[in-house]
Amino acid sequence: MRPIDPKDVQSRIERLVGQDLYFHIEMTIGAYAAHYDETKHQASVFVKNGRIRFSRGSVAGGGPYRVGLKTEEGWVYAEGLTHYQDEETERLILEGHDRDGKLVVALLLSPHPF
Amino acid sequence: MKKILVVLPHPDDEAFGASGTLAMHISRGARVTYACLTLGEMGRNMGFPPFANRVTLPQVRKAELEASCRAIGIQDLRLLGYHDKTLEFEDPDALAGRVGELLEEIRPDLVITFYPGYSVHPDHDACGAAVIRAVGRLPEAERPAIHCMAFSRGCEQALGAPDVVNDVRPYLEQKLGALNAHRSQFRYGTLPARGRLSESEFAEWLGRERFWIYRWPKSGV
Repeated sequence: MRPIDPKDVQSRIERLVGQDLYFHIEMTIGAYAAHYDETKHQASVFVKNGRIRFSRGSVAGGGPYRVGLKTEEGWVYAEGLTHYQDEETERLILEGHDRDGKLVVALLLSPHPF
Repeated sequence: MKKILVVLPHPDDEAFGASGTLAMHISRGARVTYACLTLGEMGRNMGFPPFANRVTLPQVRKAELEASCRAIGIQDLRLLGYHDKTLEFEDPDALAGRVGELLEEIRPDLVITFYPGYSVHPDHDACGAAVIRAVGRLPEAERPAIHCMAFSRGCEQALGAPDVVNDVRPYLEQKLGALNAHRSQFRYGTLPARGRLSESEFAEWLGRERFWIYRWPKSGV
C-alpha cells in the first residue's frame, strides 16, 4: 500500500466508470474498542460483494481523502482514505489507516467478486 | 493418547489463551486438531507497518495460522471456511452440525473453545455456543470435557474463579512462537495486554492460561 496519490487514484476511478463492478465497503472502530474503553460505542459496518455501476467518481480533500461514486439512483461514499494499492491493474483498493496503521475504512472495486 | 479438539473462530485466537496449554498437552503425547472457523478476513491490523491489505489479508493470516500451529506443534489444522464477523448469523443448527461432524470423527477427550456469553467478540460467543450445542447433542456419558476461555469484563464474578489454571511458563517458547507467527496482527511489544498491565501482571498473563469447565444446566440442554 502507498499513500494516496489523488491524481493517480482519480484516473483509476475514471477507468472504472460505466462498468459492472463488485464493491466492498466498510468502516470499523475495532472489534475490541468498547472492551478496552467503555466510553466507546461499538460499531462497524461492511458490505461485501455489492454490485455497482457508477457514472461519475471523484477523489476529494487534501488527505485523508474522500471518494464519492455517483450511481444511477444513489451514491457510495467513503471518508478517511489514506492508502491505495498501486500495483493493482483491474481493481481499486482504497483504505484508510489510523496513526497506528490499523484499518478504519475501506472501499474496494473489482470486476470480479472479492 | 489424549485427543484434543480446539474450535476457535479466528487465526490468533489460539495464541493468546491456549497455545501454552496446547504445547503442554502435546509434549505429553496429545494429538490436537484445531478447527479454525474463519480466516479473520475483517481484522483491521495489517502489519506494523502495514504489509497486507483487505484483499490479501485472508491468505496472509492463513499462512500465519499455519506457522503458529507449527510453533505449538499442532498436528492437524482444519480451516472451516466461514467468514469473519458472520458466525452469529449462520444457521446455529448447521454450524453446530459442522462441529458435530468433527466430534464424530475425532472423538476428543477434551474440547477447547470460548465460553459463550463471556468472550467479548460476537464470533467468539457464537463459536462457543456452536460447540456447546454440538457436544450437548451427544449422550451425556459420551460428552468430552469442554474447557472454555473467557475474558469479558466481570466474567469472574459471573463464572467464578477459573477451574483450570495452567502454568505454561515451561512452554513460553512455543507460546511466543505462536504469538510472533501472527505478525500482521501484533508485535510482542504491541500486545493489547502489554499496555494495560504492569510488568508482573503481564508475566502472569503470559505464563498462566485460564479455563472454565463448561457446566451443563441441570435441566438439560
